[in-house]
Formats: sequence, structure tokens, C-alpha cells
Amino acid sequence: MKIGIFTKGAKVAAVAAAMVVSGTVAQAADTSLTGSGASFPFPLYSAWFKDFGQKTGIEVNYQAKGSGGGIEDFTNRVVDFAASDAAMNDEEMAKVDGGVVLLPMTAGEIVLAYNLDGVSELKLPRDVYPKIFLGEITKWNDEAIAAANDGVDLPDEDITVVVRADSSGTNFNFTNHLSAISKEFESTVGGGKTVPWPKASNFIAAPGNQGITATVKQTPGAIGYIEYGYAQQTNTPYAMLENQAGNFVKAGPEAGSAALASADLDENNVAFITDPKGEQAYPIATFTWMLFYKSGQDADKVAALKEMINYGLTTGQTMADKLGYIPLPENIIEINKKSMEEIGG
Amino acid sequence: MADISKSAPQSDGSVSRPPTAFEYGYDKSFRFLTFFAGLLIVVLLAYIFWKIGGLAAPAMREYGLGFLTTVEWNPNTNEYGILAEIWGTLYSSFLALIFGGGLGIAVAIFLTQGFLNARLAWVFRLIVEMLAAIPSVVFGLWGIYVLIPAIRPIANWLHDTLPFVPFFSTKLAGPGMFPAMIVLSIMILPTVAAISQDAFKAIPMKIQEAAYGMGTTKWEAIRKVIIPTASGGIFASLVLGFGRALGETMALAMLIGNSQQVSLSLFSPATTLASLLASTFPEAGANQIGPLMYAAVALLVITMAVNVIGTIIMSYTSRQTVT
Repeated sequence: MKIGIFTKGAKVAAVAAAMVVSGTVAQAADTSLTGSGASFPFPLYSAWFKDFGQKTGIEVNYQAKGSGGGIEDFTNRVVDFAASDAAMNDEEMAKVDGGVVLLPMTAGEIVLAYNLDGVSELKLPRDVYPKIFLGEITKWNDEAIAAANDGVDLPDEDITVVVRADSSGTNFNFTNHLSAISKEFESTVGGGKTVPWPKASNFIAAPGNQGITATVKQTPGAIGYIEYGYAQQTNTPYAMLENQAGNFVKAGPEAGSAALASADLDENNVAFITDPKGEQAYPIATFTWMLFYKSGQDADKVAALKEMINYGLTTGQTMADKLGYIPLPENIIEINKKSMEEIGG
Repeated sequence: MADISKSAPQSDGSVSRPPTAFEYGYDKSFRFLTFFAGLLIVVLLAYIFWKIGGLAAPAMREYGLGFLTTVEWNPNTNEYGILAEIWGTLYSSFLALIFGGGLGIAVAIFLTQGFLNARLAWVFRLIVEMLAAIPSVVFGLWGIYVLIPAIRPIANWLHDTLPFVPFFSTKLAGPGMFPAMIVLSIMILPTVAAISQDAFKAIPMKIQEAAYGMGTTKWEAIRKVIIPTASGGIFASLVLGFGRALGETMALAMLIGNSQQVSLSLFSPATTLASLLASTFPEAGANQIGPLMYAAVALLVITMAVNVIGTIIMSYTSRQTVT
């Protein structure tokens, strides 16, 4: 008990000190905001905050410590806002005094990056890729893969499966998708931020999106799941996946938007699109949320936060595509604009 | 003699005198300071144990000793076990000790026993010690981009020709025990080499001369006289190196493959306690914190046990060499 109070106190003190420092630096500006959380949208958010700060003078300090850490900071009220790839569950929301407003601010796609000499286009059917991640399909020239890839010269090579070593929102979304499309995956591995991957010598875990990307690029015959933006920036080839409608779809802004369009947000603005409908929808897409307080903050802060959200929903969305994120569909932006009114003093 | 009497601050001209009040106080406060510093370390260690142990206590009660003997880490079902991590930690450190330790002692012999001229030996020593300055992450990246592609063909040739040897029973896809072990060996090399060199240098010249005087060859002198005499220091260097290997985190998280398996194969991916903690902790939910703290206590106990046992053996062997 004592320990908890001590660390909490230390955190409050640290953040208070940080705010004092940033406050004196940005004296010209009316206010400054601090946030922490998800690392997946960080490249986009940091671009937003930089541009936003230059335009308005409101400085936003965001620390990409991971969704879990962001939720903890948010619950302890040491930040003005937080970000999470897995939104917040009911239990977590109940712990925040004053209530929570969840806004899906951007979205991403998860791709299956691979390393196969001379194979520039690879199609993976719905019943095949869960089996690869279950360790049941272990050769690239397996009949099930070959059947979907007419005319592609698949090598007689072992598949090395690269998974995330750390706990992450990417893991959460990817394993939930696999669980949604494969009963067997759901019962043996299941969905979550950390999951028990098969214990086989062809399964390797690497830390972070960049860890998986590097390992896939360095390992002949490897396959791994990474954020679309990482694959794009590093020129790593990724597979076309078969969606619920039976079409093979390549990840990209249109296929991502089509997936998001089928999302049905609940009353907290949360939806996990584990298996999107739609002819052209890419199968693995996910929102990422910002978390705000409904009450208990001063009016200047509220105004600054709303200005930041407005920026993110308008100018911010135009930057998404270039950085590997999916621009939000119109209906989601409308919902966000309505929901942000709930943020109050 | 004359020099000393000139420079020594004295009033009555005699060499011996009682300490002044200042010197007395200085001595006292120095003693107090060292005692305090020593005490501080003990208190710090106890505090770390108490704090981590306190956070781990609920998990210890819940999972008991079964935690140490099962292989599963599933936050969804709340099943936790760290046998694979304990195995990987000890196995990788032990392999690194054999390779890095052996190499380190060889380097120390090479640099101190007159195989090189003194200036060149000094340059070599500097270079070996500079290995200690390379950050862990850089070793990890070097492992991924240089080491693994270089050793993959050798490893897979070994697997293809000798698949029945348990050490070669799987293929090396990329990250795994073998690259992790090589990088760990390089990381403990400077520690082992530097301390062993000091141990060799501490051997009085007379002992070596006596050995040559008895008509030994250089190798006989090294094998039968120098190494046994320096064994206490060499052993200390190995204990320190082993401790370093047990706690190494980042390079291993990048290179060992982080797969929960207990396997003798050098080419199979494995995992360690330190890399489990580093990769799981940042996003751990409330239900994972307890088991992670329990794993941290296990790592702390293993590291302490290795050092304590090492120190005991060392004091035993050094007593033997003195008498």
C-alpha cells in the first residue's frame, strides 16, 4: 500500500515538474498539454503536434510509452489525455473519476510481411494464414499456399514465423482477428496483448514493430505481422489477404477505409473490427483511440484539448495516408465531433 | 632518508610522533564514511529485495513453486511459469562462460606472458577493454545484420550433417541460442580478460623466475605455476562475467528469439528472464505485474546465488594457494 502511494506521488511530482518546466518555456502560449500512451500512432501524432504547436502556440508533449502505460497515467490523472490501441475496457473506465470520452482519432492496418526471393506477389487465403501462425503449415510450397498462387514459383523453404515478443496493441488486434476467423486459433492461442504462441523452433519473437521488420528482412523464408506504415517505409513486401467476401485485398488507404466503414461503434465509441465485411475491405484494420476526461479540468485546458482534437480531425487526417495510416471515414469524424462536446471542465 | 626529513611536516625533528587531533579526526571520519558506504550497499540491496519481493508476494502465494517448474505465459488464462526463462538464462550464460571465459583467459595469458612487446600488448589490452564500451543495443543490431547471416550457413550445415547430436537438432532460422551465446561471449570477454590480466600481473616476478630456474619451458611455467597462482583472480573474473551474462537484457531480447522452450539445441530460439521482463513489462496489465515481479525475484536470487557461491569457492581456493 505504502509503495503504491509512494510511486504515485513520485509520478505526480515528476509530471508536475515537467509541466512547470514546459510552462516556463512556453510562456507565450496560453497553455500546454501532456499526453502519453500508444506507440503505434506516435509517428502520426508527433507530426500533428509539431504542426499544431507551430500554428496555435499550444505545446503538446506526448510520450509514447505504450497503451497500458497511457491508461495507467490517465487513471492516475497525471496527464491531460492518453492514447490506447485497445481503447479502454469497462473496468478501466470505471476507475477514472469524472468519466471518460474515447475518440477514435486514426486507424491502421496490419500486414503480413514476408521474405521470399523472387516472390513479389503473394496471396494468402483465409484458412491458410491462421494455420501458418498455428505452426501447422511449415513449408512455403505447401499445397494450400500453392493453390492460391498460380504461376508463382514458391520455394521448398521452411516458414519462419516472426511474432511480437513484447506486449502490444498490434498483437491484440492481430490475434483477435485470427481468433475471429479461425476457431482453432481461438481455442489454442486466443486473442490478447500477450499470447502463448506455439512452442516450435520456427517461431521467433522480436521486440516492437521495428524488431519484427528487421528480423523478417534478415531471415529468408520469414513471415511476420507489422503495421502497414512500417512495411511501406522499409519497402518490405506484404501479402494480399482474403477477406470475408472472398476477395484478395492488398493493404492501402482505400481497402483500409472500406474496412473501417463497416465498423459499428458502441456507446463509448469503441469497435474492434476483427473481421470486416465489404467487398474491398482489408481484413486486419484497427482504430486507435485518444482518451479524455469528462470533468475535473480547467476551462483553458478544455479549450486547448478541443482545438487539438479539431485539428486532428481536419488537417490531421490529410497527413494520415502519407505516414501509413488510414484517414477516418466521414461518419466517424461526425461521431467524434459530437462526442468531443462531452469533454468538460 | 634525508629527503623524507626535509619534506615531512614536523616540528621537533624526530621521525615518529603521535598523530595530531586533525589526523585522528580525519582517520575517524574516513572510517565512518567507509563504514557508512558499506552499510548503504547492504541497505540498498535489502531495500530492492523488500520492494520487489513485496510486489511479488501475492503472485508467490498464488502460484507457489509451480511457477518455477512450468512452461507457459498466458495472461488470458492467468497461467504463468518461467521454467523456459530460467533454463534459457542459465544455459546461455553457461555457454557464454565456456566460450567467452576461455577466450578471455587466453587473451589475458597472451597479453601478459611476454608474447607481445609491452607497447603492443598495451594497445591490445585497450582494444579488448573497449569492447565493454559498446552498448548492448549495438551488439544486438550487429548480431541481426552481421552475425546471423554469417553463421546461418555453418549452423545449417551442422544440422544437416549431424542432426542426431542434440545440440544441432534444429535448424537455425535466425535469432536463437547460438547467436545470443556468441554475442554474450563477446560481452563478457573484456571483464574476464581485464581481471585475469590483473591477476597474472599480480604474480611476483620471483615466482616465474623460480619456475624457469627449475628448468620449465614457457608453457609448463604458464600451465603449472602461473595459472594456479592466479586462479583466485581468474575465478573472480569468471564469476563477474557469469553475473554479467545472467543479467544481460537488450542484446538477448534482440537475438535469442524469445520463444518459451526448453531445448538443448543451440539453433533453437529460447528466452531469458531479463528479456521476458524487458519485453513484457511496459504493456503489462495488472494481472501480469505480480508474476513479472516473481520472475524478477527469481532472477535476483539466481544472480545473488551465483555470486555468493562464487565468492565462497574463491575464498576457499585462495586460502589453499596462500598456505
